[in-house]
Amino acid sequence: MAGAYWEHFAHDADVGVRGIGPTREAAFEQGGLALMHAIGDPSRVEPREMVEIACEAPDDALLFVDWLNALVFEVATRGMLFARFEVQIDDHRLVGRAWGEPIDPARDDLAVEVKGATYTGLAVRSDPERGWVAQCVVDV
Amino acid sequence: MDITQLERISDVEWRIPATGAMRVPGTIYADEELIRAMDDKVREQVSNVATLPGIVKASYALPDAHWGYGFPIGGVAAFDPDQDGVISAGGVGFDISCGVRTMLTGVPRAELEPIKDRVADALFRAVPAGLGSTGEIRLDDDEMTAMLDGGARWAVARGYGEPGDLARIEEGGRARDARPEFVSSRARQRQRGQMGTLGSGNHYLEVQEVVDIIDPDVAAAFGLRQGEVVITIHCGSRGLGHQIGTEFLREMTIAAEAAGIRLPERELACAPIRSEVGQRYLGAMRAGINCALANRQIIGHLAREAFADVFPNAKMPLLFDVSHNTCKEETHAIDGRPRRLFVHRKGATRAFGPGHPALPEDLRPFGQPVLIGGSMGTESWVLVGTRESEAHAFSSAVHGAGRSMSRHQAVRQWQGRQLIDQLRTQGIVIRSHSTRGVAEEAPGAYKDVGAVVVVAERAGLARRVARLKPLISIKG
Repeated sequence: MAGAYWEHFAHDADVGVRGIGPTREAAFEQGGLALMHAIGDPSRVEPREMVEIACEAPDDALLFVDWLNALVFEVATRGMLFARFEVQIDDHRLVGRAWGEPIDPARDDLAVEVKGATYTGLAVRSDPERGWVAQCVVDV
Repeated sequence: MDITQLERISDVEWRIPATGAMRVPGTIYADEELIRAMDDKVREQVSNVATLPGIVKASYALPDAHWGYGFPIGGVAAFDPDQDGVISAGGVGFDISCGVRTMLTGVPRAELEPIKDRVADALFRAVPAGLGSTGEIRLDDDEMTAMLDGGARWAVARGYGEPGDLARIEEGGRARDARPEFVSSRARQRQRGQMGTLGSGNHYLEVQEVVDIIDPDVAAAFGLRQGEVVITIHCGSRGLGHQIGTEFLREMTIAAEAAGIRLPERELACAPIRSEVGQRYLGAMRAGINCALANRQIIGHLAREAFADVFPNAKMPLLFDVSHNTCKEETHAIDGRPRRLFVHRKGATRAFGPGHPALPEDLRPFGQPVLIGGSMGTESWVLVGTRESEAHAFSSAVHGAGRSMSRHQAVRQWQGRQLIDQLRTQGIVIRSHSTRGVAEEAPGAYKDVGAVVVVAERAGLARRVARLKPLISIKG
């Protein structure tokens, strides 16, 4: 089984974000990174400041969208880009931490603002080869 | 799209017969080339929308239709509240009342050309754009509420723009019956630093030349003269609108599932217009419309000030301001009888024809200006609404051409810096905070908007008036 990683998948007007990992939590963390890579380049960002996130949803898929939308909100209101995540999920309750620093247009290779995570292409599932996959399209 | 299952009504109209759970047929306005290029998902989404309660006449897709969220982008659907009609957060989208406004300048291109960089720099300094940018305007809670209720009217009263602007904005610049109390504190918080900002992605402020006049009479009525320059702004309701869309999409999805309603797609999340959540969304969405109208009014004012620094004698009246992600309560004739309907236009522009009472008196004989955005390297269009458009898709027209490739593919194919240099050789000056963003918005990543507007005209949705070419493009 492969380790944890993120990827983007094609969508006409917007961006598909996908997190893959050995656990559901790891897939969510990688999904967060995929989101950040749609916005800019988090590899250039130092994980200096920590923000806590909590959300709860009726199922895993809605929880993943809630998680991403919580990150979108924090990026928009704090003006930060995040480079590292830790997620704990108990049933359908998520407690997360995101580390990053204030956005610097000169440093961060910014692309676009994310309006919100959508229910298009939405799936959270276990995969025999990859472990867990969490994905959706985000509206930019 | 596989068109073998469609009925060909004409060269530019195709029908999806009502089958299964569809309450009405689907209608796609496109020529054969455009419809074959559409994803099969467009047909699926048009059919899904046709299953929603209270839908009237048909579920429509316009010539620029592409795969969207629940509704196709370029989709139109109207619902009757007296028939348990629904309102859908997915049918409006995340950027509530995203739209376009165009201001005339009266300045000939020849006068602008020698100082184009100076004008570009002035506009780039004046209008905050791009991720992380913030405006100088900070609204406390009471002022935020006033803005959400007053829209562009609020902005004019605060000194942004002229009272004469309001007649040239849909609904006179203010969506009535907005309910700011239904806009969450998170949505307000997300808007705090974003009043008067352009955003990013496909949003822009452009200085454009009127290069072709197709309908001289209507162009004259609109004040469009060949060789003169206009300023066009494309943006929406910013973080507040996005947050409203996010929250109500979630609430409607969960409520529908809890009520045992099977949605073909989660993004079709909807609620009866007369339900409690339907009314809350309607009120919040109208507040979102007002936020977008206020935002474009402020940006228009900032652009006017910056342009006036360079051209102090330029009068800059507003031609018109249109929105293309809304649900509006309108009266339409159905089988000869007027009916009050809630018309969702998702990536579609209202296009009232001549004589419509909602139009300002001086434009009423001609019809509503319909402003169609293109890509930064190609062209944009001014169209005019037609009388026959009401019978086609509730007086709706296209909003743009849509993308032909993903953002991911675009950045692999183009480099922002090289693109900026290449566009300069074509006479187009770009100012952007993001070279990666410029690559994602490469002209080659978009479909041919010229082909789309020709088909829109052939289908009777709107008529071409003038073609515009970009000279300066400010991007986020």
